[in-house]
Amino acid sequence: MIFLTEDPIDIGAAYGHVQTGEAGAINFFFGVVRNNTQDRAVERLDYEAYGPMAVREMQKIADGACRRWPVLSYVIIHRTGVLHIGDMAVLIGVSTPHRGDSFEATRYIIDTIKQTVPIWKKEWFEDGATWVQPTP
Amino acid sequence: MPDRAFTRFFVIMSQPHTVLLFGITRDLVGQNRLTVDLPTNSRVADLMASLHRQYPTLAGIQSILVAVNSEYAEPDTKLNPTDEIALIPPVSGG
Repeated sequence: MIFLTEDPIDIGAAYGHVQTGEAGAINFFFGVVRNNTQDRAVERLDYEAYGPMAVREMQKIADGACRRWPVLSYVIIHRTGVLHIGDMAVLIGVSTPHRGDSFEATRYIIDTIKQTVPIWKKEWFEDGATWVQPTP
Repeated sequence: MPDRAFTRFFVIMSQPHTVLLFGITRDLVGQNRLTVDLPTNSRVADLMASLHRQYPTLAGIQSILVAVNSEYAEPDTKLNPTDEIALIPPVSGG
């Protein structure tokens, strides 16, 4: 399941999307809002998405993960709008029969999201704001 | 019958294309969409050249991609006025 939402992320509901009887491993990644970037204090982040395309690109990534690893189920949730320090911006969950595959598939999904999905964040500081440049 | 042998009409059709803007491109232009008149059968590269002329600040951003109907497009992708076109500045989700 893939969600792009302004609402806070519900971890319990996300777990329900990936729990299956065949799963021996469920791996989660949470991306959260950090209070600094390059030694500057961050006050908040604004997330903006090109919604329909963002969902399509996330679906392609999930499909790619399912081709590469024996994924039983997955969930990707990305938030948009104003997020504050500590808020969860993205959640990835993957269930597989064995743990190694769930780690690798989760890593692949978050790394690829950062490269291809049309979502942008603007960092707000005490004295202004800048659009974030991609990071490796 | 009038003799039309020497009368040739070259009609260059120009049609409005709507372009959606996100992130830094929206801030630089100051609006979330704009309309660009392009000749028929223009390509993505023509759109970018036209935008760079109209909005020189956009030319300063490295690696703006263009999406056509929610798919990343190539510089030689042809554009239709009915396409949904969007500028995709460097992404920073996650």
